[in-house]
Amino acid sequence: MAYMHIGKDFVPPDVAGKVTGRIKYSEDYTREGMVYARLLTSPIPHAKVVSIDASEALAMEGVFGILTADDVYPDGEANSTGLKILTNEPTLVGEPILAVAAVDEKTAETAIAAITVTFERLPFVMDPVDSLEEGGPDAYNGGNTFVFREGFAQEKWTSDQVASFRAGNEPTAEPAAELSYGDLEAGFANSAFVYETPFTTAGYPHMSMEPRSAMAYWEDGKLYLHGTSQSLTALADGMAGIVGVPKEDLVFINAATGGGFGQRARAGSIPSMAIPAKLSQKINRPVMMRCTREEEFTIGGARQGFQGWIKLGFKQDGTMAAADLWIVSDNGGKGGGGDAFSATNAISIVYQAEAVRFRGVSIGSNTAHRGAQRGPGENQIAAIVSPILDKAAEELGIDRLEIRKLNTPQTGDVGGINRQPFTSAYMPEALEQAATAFNWEERITRSRQRNGSKVTGIGIGQGYHNAGRSGMDGIIMMGPDGRLRVHNGVGNLGTYSYASTSRAAAEVLKMPWDRCDVITGRTDNHLPITSPQDGSNSIFTNTRTCFGAAQDMLAKMKEIAAADLGGDPADYDVSNERVHQIADDTVGMTFGEVAQRAMELGGKYTGEAELPEELAEWTQISVSRLAGSGFMGVYHDPRHSNNPPGFTVTCTEIELDTETGKIEILDMVSIAECGTVVHPQGLKNQLVGGGVWGIGMSVLERHLYDPQNGLPASTGYWQSKIPTYLDTPLKIDTGWVDLPDPENPVGARGVGEPSMGSVSAALNAAVSDALDGHVFNATPVTTDMIVNHIAGISEEWVPLAQNNFRG
Amino acid sequence: MNPKLTRRRFIKGVIASGAAATTTTMWYAANGQDRPTGFVERLIRINVNGQERSVDVAPQETLASTLRYKLGLTGTKLGCNRGECGACTVLVDDTPTYACSVLTHSMKFARIETVEGLEAPNGDLHAVQQGFIDQLSPQCGYCTPGQVMSAVGLLRANPNPTREEARQAMAGNICRCGSYDSYLDGVMRAAEIG
Ligand code: FES
Ligand code: FES
Repeated sequence: MAYMHIGKDFVPPDVAGKVTGRIKYSEDYTREGMVYARLLTSPIPHAKVVSIDASEALAMEGVFGILTADDVYPDGEANSTGLKILTNEPTLVGEPILAVAAVDEKTAETAIAAITVTFERLPFVMDPVDSLEEGGPDAYNGGNTFVFREGFAQEKWTSDQVASFRAGNEPTAEPAAELSYGDLEAGFANSAFVYETPFTTAGYPHMSMEPRSAMAYWEDGKLYLHGTSQSLTALADGMAGIVGVPKEDLVFINAATGGGFGQRARAGSIPSMAIPAKLSQKINRPVMMRCTREEEFTIGGARQGFQGWIKLGFKQDGTMAAADLWIVSDNGGKGGGGDAFSATNAISIVYQAEAVRFRGVSIGSNTAHRGAQRGPGENQIAAIVSPILDKAAEELGIDRLEIRKLNTPQTGDVGGINRQPFTSAYMPEALEQAATAFNWEERITRSRQRNGSKVTGIGIGQGYHNAGRSGMDGIIMMGPDGRLRVHNGVGNLGTYSYASTSRAAAEVLKMPWDRCDVITGRTDNHLPITSPQDGSNSIFTNTRTCFGAAQDMLAKMKEIAAADLGGDPADYDVSNERVHQIADDTVGMTFGEVAQRAMELGGKYTGEAELPEELAEWTQISVSRLAGSGFMGVYHDPRHSNNPPGFTVTCTEIELDTETGKIEILDMVSIAECGTVVHPQGLKNQLVGGGVWGIGMSVLERHLYDPQNGLPASTGYWQSKIPTYLDTPLKIDTGWVDLPDPENPVGARGVGEPSMGSVSAALNAAVSDALDGHVFNATPVTTDMIVNHIAGISEEWVPLAQNNFRG
Repeated sequence: MNPKLTRRRFIKGVIASGAAATTTTMWYAANGQDRPTGFVERLIRINVNGQERSVDVAPQETLASTLRYKLGLTGTKLGCNRGECGACTVLVDDTPTYACSVLTHSMKFARIETVEGLEAPNGDLHAVQQGFIDQLSPQCGYCTPGQVMSAVGLLRANPNPTREEARQAMAGNICRCGSYDSYLDGVMRAAEIG
């Protein structure tokens, strides 16, 4: 289909602000009378606060007040693993205990140094498997796991069960969760090749570039909160509850966010923004809380690590007959996640396994706060499975591209434990396109070629994430100037989807882009509710809402024109910013004129009557404030059914130095399958950005903790091994399938997360290839692991070694 | 697990103040909030974006703090404040420099350029800024001012770099969004239009 805007590049309105430094992040604001907050954080990994003596601090000149957990939770802290604003029961080093506001940060720090906090030290644990063992320490007060809607619980294995798991065997303990489909036993019985192995994947921090600073003040009973988030209205909606302010009294200001990657999508994962809000309320002054890199590390979240066991069975023809997984996920000191189940689900979806079983348990450790991180679960497992798939291909005498083709998901298939159909799935096309772009047939002949100490490795990998939601709202406005104003509540985290989804509205009304304004950046711009900008969903979810709101305005335009100029609304169409008769386009009105008429007519035309009943409370507030001020299109998106997938395929060629273990990525091609492409440059950025994350996961990133004292040793970029320019290829080639999805009005789905999974899968497969098919069964595969393997020292699976300890 | 650590123990507040101090004292001293007694020259002139600016600077204050918090030049970002990320990169006598890791007092005779100083008086963007827009190099944008300044420094020294030379020159700037490929596209574009 020929579009005016969809599939075309444009200059997003905020990009000039980014290259000139003019766009403001939360820390860039000041306010008359602003004072500064600093945090006292827990120095030990698990404790209870017995008492706080702040008398000396509060008597200091320039100190305005203190905020403790007792202030923010007068009825006590919720019994959950959720990150708290402030806590008396820290379960990780660095968790905020109290905040002090002072004339400047130095004074606040000096005051904090004068506060005496008495802690009761509690047993702590760094390795979930230590906690699983009978008599082992528990990370939380009340257990080592959290059962949804029930509370804390204890999961304990016998010492023999723990020892057996550590030795690499299938766990024999009762899982906390078990889900399956198909006949697993028959699947393995029918398999010509079965591979069974323990595995580990590292948990590691998000490390968004912008530390989570926030500034707040109260004015006329309203809270103005300058913060950082992936989502705008979805986060503000939740933040109102966390601060305890009515939704209509919160103005959340967030024009730009310095990275999210899953950790700033929902208010519950960034409750620290409530600290300046609450302090400001208490001391009646604007409060700025600047966060440091270390603080961003400790409360900024991390991916769940896995210690697991996997068994995959392949039939003689290469089809995946059975997949059986048992995963102990590291739930960290706070937070948590469903990574392990998502990982299993992804195997079912991407490889169309005939029988799948998931068993698992999520166990706390007194390490970083855990939460969703780019492809939580799907991406960890992509890197583990890909080399195993190659091993099966080798054993069964099938080409490595071919084995992926014959297991591929496609339109009409179902996937996942719940056997959900896809809205559409063009993975076969993506595989084909990647193979062509990479010149697979010629490249694969270079596999394992040696040149001195260097060996060539070829890898292919696939990525997946569910990539679309529905049920949100859309608002667009037009005034007598005839400009289209798209009110968009999508967060500005660097994907530009707040702007690209707005273009679906412009498309409907055939508006030139320079006659459109995206209204966003702060919630007093009256924005509709959106789903949080996680799960690669924004493009699918919000093109639906913007398209729907524009359809509503289009219908109203035609009604007004027909009423004024005669005929039936169906006789009218729009072009060149006019609504006009189809038969005679001289009979019509300009958009400015029709907007003017709408405002004269009022009622449903201006949002004062006949609103969609199901609008979210947040949207209702916004609509009520806009009502009567202009011509309004408003829409509530009904729920869609089925799974809109985001898929990617990556091929890569590497050179592995057998003397140093160093990997050089010589070539990398990533192809996206995300329905119709909305914004090519934005998509390319997601492909290369996700690719860099995939490289980090495969061979670099990790946590480091001191097991003796529970102290984090990787609080900076350097120790966390965030990929740099020099760790990534000189050029990453990208492309896309670009076929429409029927459940989206412009055919689009999202793809931010899968690009990471396919790169890590391809890279780990390439490393395995360069080492004659050796499967490490761990991420990251570090240079020392490679060198040790070449030296004949087996260390492919050291329990949790890659997770929290090893350097 | 060390059995000693599993026993309940009461620890007095020295731990709390110790921990708070380890990570942050240096940071806030660097923010120029110390008020030392005795004679220290504080009012100095520095040349920022072609203008002589008179500013009250503490002895241990970093250039990043002066720029952001004293001169209001918030385009210079702080990602780590300890020389790991490059978000704070400015040009000092044409050389890309981590503003978080140099003292303002050492800048008295230097020519400092920040991202705010790149646009021409008529509002035209610098070729690097335009190149970054053309290639949509930024994602979240937080590392962008630093990337811009490194690229400007590179192109002054080497107006027609190869992609590999550009990668080496930009290697001190981390981008957590992973937009390296797009930044390199932007640098190459800037060299073209520059
Ligand atoms: S802020 Fe200066 S290098 Fe990170
Ligand atoms: S664009 Fe986000 S850190 Fe570089």
